[in-house]
Amino acid sequence: MGRQLLLEHIAVPGIETFEVYRKMGGYASVEKALKTMTPDQVTEQVKSSGLRGRGGAGFPAGMKWSFLDRKSDKPRYLVCNADESEPGTFKDRYLMEKIPHLLVEGMITSSYALGAKTSYIYIRGEYMYVLQILEKAIREAYAAGFLGKNILGTDYSLDLYVHPGAGAYICGEETALLESLEGKRGNPRLKPPFPAIAGLYASPTVVNNVETIAAVVPIVNLGGDEYAKVGVGKSTGTKLISASGHINKPGVYEIELGLPVEEFIYSDQYCGGIWKGRKLKAVVAGGSSVPILPAELILKTAKGEPRLMTYESLSEGGFISGTMLGSGGFIVMDETTCIVRNLWTFARFYHHESCGQCSPCREGTGWMEKVLHRIEHGHGQMSDIDLLVDVAKKIEGNTICPLGDAAAWPVASAIRHFREEFEYHVKFPEKVKNPKHFEIEPFVSNKQLVMA
Amino acid sequence: MATEKETIQFSDSALSKAKEIIGRYPEGKQKSALLPLLHLAQSEFDGWLSPAVMDYVASLLQIKPIEVYEVATFYTMFNLEPVGNHLLEVCRTGPCWLRGAEDIVKRIEQKLNIKVGETTADGKFTLKTVECLGSCGTAPMLQCGATFFENLSEESVEVLIEKLAKQKRSSYLRPTEINVG
Repeated sequence: MGRQLLLEHIAVPGIETFEVYRKMGGYASVEKALKTMTPDQVTEQVKSSGLRGRGGAGFPAGMKWSFLDRKSDKPRYLVCNADESEPGTFKDRYLMEKIPHLLVEGMITSSYALGAKTSYIYIRGEYMYVLQILEKAIREAYAAGFLGKNILGTDYSLDLYVHPGAGAYICGEETALLESLEGKRGNPRLKPPFPAIAGLYASPTVVNNVETIAAVVPIVNLGGDEYAKVGVGKSTGTKLISASGHINKPGVYEIELGLPVEEFIYSDQYCGGIWKGRKLKAVVAGGSSVPILPAELILKTAKGEPRLMTYESLSEGGFISGTMLGSGGFIVMDETTCIVRNLWTFARFYHHESCGQCSPCREGTGWMEKVLHRIEHGHGQMSDIDLLVDVAKKIEGNTICPLGDAAAWPVASAIRHFREEFEYHVKFPEKVKNPKHFEIEPFVSNKQLVMA
Repeated sequence: MATEKETIQFSDSALSKAKEIIGRYPEGKQKSALLPLLHLAQSEFDGWLSPAVMDYVASLLQIKPIEVYEVATFYTMFNLEPVGNHLLEVCRTGPCWLRGAEDIVKRIEQKLNIKVGETTADGKFTLKTVECLGSCGTAPMLQCGATFFENLSEESVEVLIEKLAKQKRSSYLRPTEINVG
C-alpha cells in the first residue's frame, strides 16, 4: 500500500469522534494556519502542492483560490461540494462517514485562507444520515473551540453549516449548486461571472469538492512542497478511488497517483482482480461521464506503455484511445457485460438528470436513451448507430454546463471501441431479447483482444 | 394523513428546528432554507408534500407559493403524491446494474405483487427505481427513508421487506436499524 495522507487513521476505533481524531493529531493544520501563517501563506502552500480539484475537472485548486475577489466589500464564502452523484463515485461519502472531522478541519483551515466567515457543506439529500454525522462532528468542533467566535483565541471566527440537496445530479455543477443553496431550482448559470467574483448571494465564493478540502489538511501540515513530492509530475498527492463493478474487492482506496492501472485492478491490496475468475472486458475509469476503454487500452496506452493512475497517463491518446481520471469512479466490467445495456443505463441517467435548460441536452439525452433502448431490446437499425454518434456530437459543446458533454462522451466512446457489439444487436435481435444475453453467451469480438 | 380541511402546522419541535435552520443563512436570504424545510415537511406530513403543505412552507419563509412549487417539482426526492409507509427506492444505474439490480427489482415486484411506480393495496410499500445513490461499492442497494440497505441479494431483500412490514412508517430523517445479513 502506498502513502496514505487522508485515510491513514481510518481504521482507528472511534476516529469519527473529536476526542480520538484529536488524539491522532487532528486539527493540527488549524493550529498551524491560524497561529503561525497568514491566509495568503496558506493559499501559497496549496498552490505549491500542485493539488488539483478532486471532484472531476482536475483544475489546480490553489489557482482557483487565487481568483477569489479579495477586494470586494461583500462577505466571501467557501462552499464544499458534497453533492457526489457521478455514477461510480462514492469516495466522499466514505470519507465523511468514517472520518468526518477531516472535512471539518479542512473547511476551517481553507475558510481561514479565503477569509470566509460563514461556510457551507452542500451534501446530496440522499446522504441524510451522513449529514447527521457531519453535524455531530461540527457540534464537537464548536465545543472544543475550533469553530465559532475567536477560534483558538485568535481574532478569526467561523460558522459552518451543512445543507442538504434533494436528489439532483446537476447540483454537483458548481453554479447549479449555488442556485440550489439559494433555495432555487438547480439550473446552472452562464459564466462569466465566475463564482470567484459573483457566487453565493452574488458574493465572491470558492466551491471545492470534499476530497480537495480534506487534502488541504496534509498540505498545511507537511508543507506544499513536501506534498508535491508524492505522486508523479503534475499529478501530485494521493487520490481516493471508488472501485465498483465486477471486481473481488469493491470499495474506496487511497492511492498514490502514479500507481499502474494493472496493479490497481489485480493486486490484492486494491480491487483483487476480476470476480468469478472471469476476464476483464472494459473499464470506465473516472465516473460514468468519461470515455469507456476496452481492457487492452486501459492497461496499456496505444503506444504500448503501461497506463498509470494519473491525470496525464489516463488521458494519453486523447479521446481516440484515452480517457480521464475524472472523479476517480473506477467501474470495472467483466467479459459477460453488455456494453450497450450498460450504456443505456448511463443514457437513462443523463436524460433523467438533465435540468432541461438547454435544448441540445434536454432533447438529445432523451433521444439517446430511446435509440439505445431500441438497439438493446432488438429493435434497432444499422443507421441508429451513426444516429447516436450524430446526436452526441450535437450535444457536445453546445450547452451551458458540462452535463451535455458528460452525456455525450460515454456514447461516442462506447461506439468507437465497441461498434461491433452494437452491430451484433441489430443483426441478431432474437439473441439480445434476453436481458442477460452476454452472460449466457459472452460476445466475442473479431478484433484480437489482449487480456491479462 | 393531512387533508385540506385540517390546519397544516409543524409540531413544536419541528417548528423550532425550522427556525434554527432559517437562522443559518444571512438576513434576507431565508429562502436558502427551502430545501431543508421541505425535507422536514415531508418527514412531518406522511412522506409527501401536498399543495397545502407547500403553501405552509412558503408562509414560514415569507416567499410566494410558486417559489416553493417550482423547486419541489425540480428535485426528485420530494414526493408530490402520497406514498406507502416504506418507499423502496432501488438504484438501477450502471454500477448497480452490473451487480444485479434488475434481479432485485424483479424479486421485489414478485414479493409485493406490484410494478415499479406502484403502491401495495395495504399502503405499506411503494416501489421506485432511482438513479445512482453513491453506493456503487456496496451494490446492489436500495434506499428506504434515510436508510441505505446495501450488498443486497434476492434472498436478503425478501427478509428486509418482511421486517419492514412489521414497522411503522420509515423515517426520512433518521436511519433505521434493521439487519438483513
